[in-house]
Amino acid sequence: MKMKLSLYCWLLFALSAAAQAPGQKMQDQPDDGQWIMPAKNYASTRFSTLTDINTGTVKNLKLAWTFSTGLTRGHEAAPLVVNSTMYIVTPWPNILYALDLTKPGAPVKWSYKPKPSPSSQGVACCDVVNRGAAYFSGRIYYNTLDLHTVAIDAATGKEAWNTTLGDINKGESMTMAPIVAKGVVIVGNSGGEFGVRGWLAGLDAKDGKILWRAYAAGPDKDVLIGPNFHPFYAADRAPDLGAKTWPGDAWKIGGGTCWSWISYDPDLDLIYYGTANPGPWNADQRPGDNKWTSAIFARRPENGEAVWAYQFNPHDDHDYDGVNENILLDLTINGRPRKVLVHPDRNARMYVMDRATGEVISAETYAFQNTSEGVDLKTGRIKPNPAKATGLKTVKDICPAPPGGKDWQPSAFSPRTGWLYVPHNNLCYEAQSVEANYIAGTPYVGQNVRMYAGPGGHRGEFSAWDPVAAKTVWTVKEIFPAWSGAVATAGDVVFYGTMDGWFRALDAKTGTKLWEFKAGSGIIAQPITYKGPDGKQYVAVLSGVGGWAGAVVAGMLNAADGTGALGFLNAMADLPNYTTKGGMLYVFALP
Amino acid sequence: MFSLSHSFRCRALIWLGTAFCITAAGQRTLRICADPNNLPFSNQTGQGLENRLAQLIAHDLSADLKYVWFSERKNFLKNSLNANLCDAVLGVPVDMENVLLTRPYYRSTYVVLSRADRGLKIESLYDPRLQGLRIGLHMVGNDYVPPGHLLAARGLSSQIEGYSLYGAYGETNPPARLIDAVAKNEVDVAIVWGPFAGYFAKKAAVHLAIQPVSPIRFHMFPFTYSIGIAVRKGDIDLQSAIQLVLDKECQRIGALLKEYAFPSAEEDAPPCATSPSAAVFSR
Repeated sequence: MKMKLSLYCWLLFALSAAAQAPGQKMQDQPDDGQWIMPAKNYASTRFSTLTDINTGTVKNLKLAWTFSTGLTRGHEAAPLVVNSTMYIVTPWPNILYALDLTKPGAPVKWSYKPKPSPSSQGVACCDVVNRGAAYFSGRIYYNTLDLHTVAIDAATGKEAWNTTLGDINKGESMTMAPIVAKGVVIVGNSGGEFGVRGWLAGLDAKDGKILWRAYAAGPDKDVLIGPNFHPFYAADRAPDLGAKTWPGDAWKIGGGTCWSWISYDPDLDLIYYGTANPGPWNADQRPGDNKWTSAIFARRPENGEAVWAYQFNPHDDHDYDGVNENILLDLTINGRPRKVLVHPDRNARMYVMDRATGEVISAETYAFQNTSEGVDLKTGRIKPNPAKATGLKTVKDICPAPPGGKDWQPSAFSPRTGWLYVPHNNLCYEAQSVEANYIAGTPYVGQNVRMYAGPGGHRGEFSAWDPVAAKTVWTVKEIFPAWSGAVATAGDVVFYGTMDGWFRALDAKTGTKLWEFKAGSGIIAQPITYKGPDGKQYVAVLSGVGGWAGAVVAGMLNAADGTGALGFLNAMADLPNYTTKGGMLYVFALP
Repeated sequence: MFSLSHSFRCRALIWLGTAFCITAAGQRTLRICADPNNLPFSNQTGQGLENRLAQLIAHDLSADLKYVWFSERKNFLKNSLNANLCDAVLGVPVDMENVLLTRPYYRSTYVVLSRADRGLKIESLYDPRLQGLRIGLHMVGNDYVPPGHLLAARGLSSQIEGYSLYGAYGETNPPARLIDAVAKNEVDVAIVWGPFAGYFAKKAAVHLAIQPVSPIRFHMFPFTYSIGIAVRKGDIDLQSAIQLVLDKECQRIGALLKEYAFPSAEEDAPPCATSPSAAVFSR
């Protein structure tokens, strides 16, 4: 009965949360202490109103309980907390665990094992991370590596539906966390390094039926561009740019996958998400802007129709995916109230855009970079630095490196400080000549990329960014790329984890370190905070190093080969001296 | 002749005494990682050239042949040979890093493949007629095969149709789709790695013409490659043992290459030693 009542309350809350009260800012989201989607809310602020753990008390934070996933690959997911149950999605084989928070030590209530099959050994193309699940209306929704979206009854662990969206044998996979908007489960594919064609799809939350699929490239009908498409910049308004900005039919294999975050504004009724880099790597082989790769789309959730789009990196030369998070905020900029989205792009620029129109308001640098000279606010077009263009030559000191000023690791926003908390990278690279390689009996030649620390010699940073002033407020240096997500709280502390295994709490105002804990393995996951059934505030994070940056530990690559993991190994060769692999959930509370 | 056999046996014995598996029955096992679905190189029913060569090597080394089936995708060598799932991989370019290679047992080239009834006879990638043709190329993941870089520099990118080397893995021999595309006139020509062209052209319903591509390289992208057998770095004993077999069986391997119609790059094809002892001393 109690369970039913709380579920009922939750449904009421979910309904009321869907519409924004007049005068309420997008970032002031209602908060019941649960954590029902990886980014906490549709605005993707990762901000909790809980205050028990604050700048005064956080120093007393202690380990409350742990849970081992028994897996050793990279753990990137955010746990969910709904109705006194915690849900965790593991990396491949993508097991969903439900942990009972009402019992001491949070024992496993049930687990769901989708058994994604790498149908033949070695076929599974990609990194095996999973970025988490989303809760909606009594079910947990998530994706498996082999392109299934599943809906699981949150109470029983029974599969409600299971929809196949693609074929891993063709090089695509799924690693992103869905979002559920207006009863539509929205998911996208991964695998841009495999010559696949990127798409985003909407599924009916009720039965898993595919309602729409929007490709990143191709003719307008494939991209779901119709009469209601109104991009802000004139150059983006011509028909079929998704096909005409490519040589021949190259758009069919041009990448532009959608493997990361989606935000949703219920008032404007628009979802926002970015597309990944174009292929092939040799940009000379795809003359043109290669739309709409390395771009952002605003679409209607119920039919996928594009309303506006903007390309961060036309003709991308550096593997700068446009997939990073979009945080939806209502800010006063130059005296004007603006509905904006803030997007820290891989190209190291922090885009503040009008989320109704797609206008770029500012695009200043948040991490060291030398690949672009600025963004022309009249045309919206970035001005690339020709000296750093790659091609059939060795180019040195290109910053940022392909993982960007920041990769997928999501930022948080605190309405109390008005600042964004950004875990990011400080990496540069050298695009070298090439070496012989072979796959399936076919010799070919791949480009060598070697990455290394940017200016200062440290490889990561955690920064507070003021999106109105468009500048950094404070920065903490990290040895390794800050590859975990961030959480901000009304207790004015921010949490994040490091690849060498530290889970840290900083003072949101000053960046001063207030508390830290050394986890068993490096942290590349998304921390959360929630109110337990006992009324106490908890903080939870998965440790388990891996992913692109941590492959040197989790993937057992040879550190002597600096070009491994697409060149990331060179920058990460010493990580095994700092941490070992192994997936473990850590949950902290005040005594 | 005696000296070869003696020397061969010694080297084989060194190998037999060291790093490899001994089965329950005490029989030595040679573990080969191979793709279960990639003719003309290998498949699970043993129809590929590398299947035949593996048999020959195992026979000459008096070892049991054990296949470890592993699709040759990205990070194949890392996840198979270098993860110690097997002892050797056949058909690897000899300048691969992170593994130890034998000397090449063949050298092949990218070729221009077209329907003979078109009478195109194109061999140069600078041939002006390419301007108006649809050109099929394999894509390795996100990357066109090497001749693609030259075609791009010539401004022919819009003529190129990419065919994923991976294809749909459930289908038979996914890379064969490109040769099919030529036969079916989906593309006018394909610039394709010689062994695929030679083998599948023989099986095609129409007569397909094959011309080794010229030039033979573009900047740092060679279009011809020498192919050997890879073992793990440091496994010098096995490398030497296999090298001796390759040297000794050079004539038979030559016959195999003919049977499978692998086009050779003539400029420096590895010749069989004129006498057996020369093979030993040429090491």
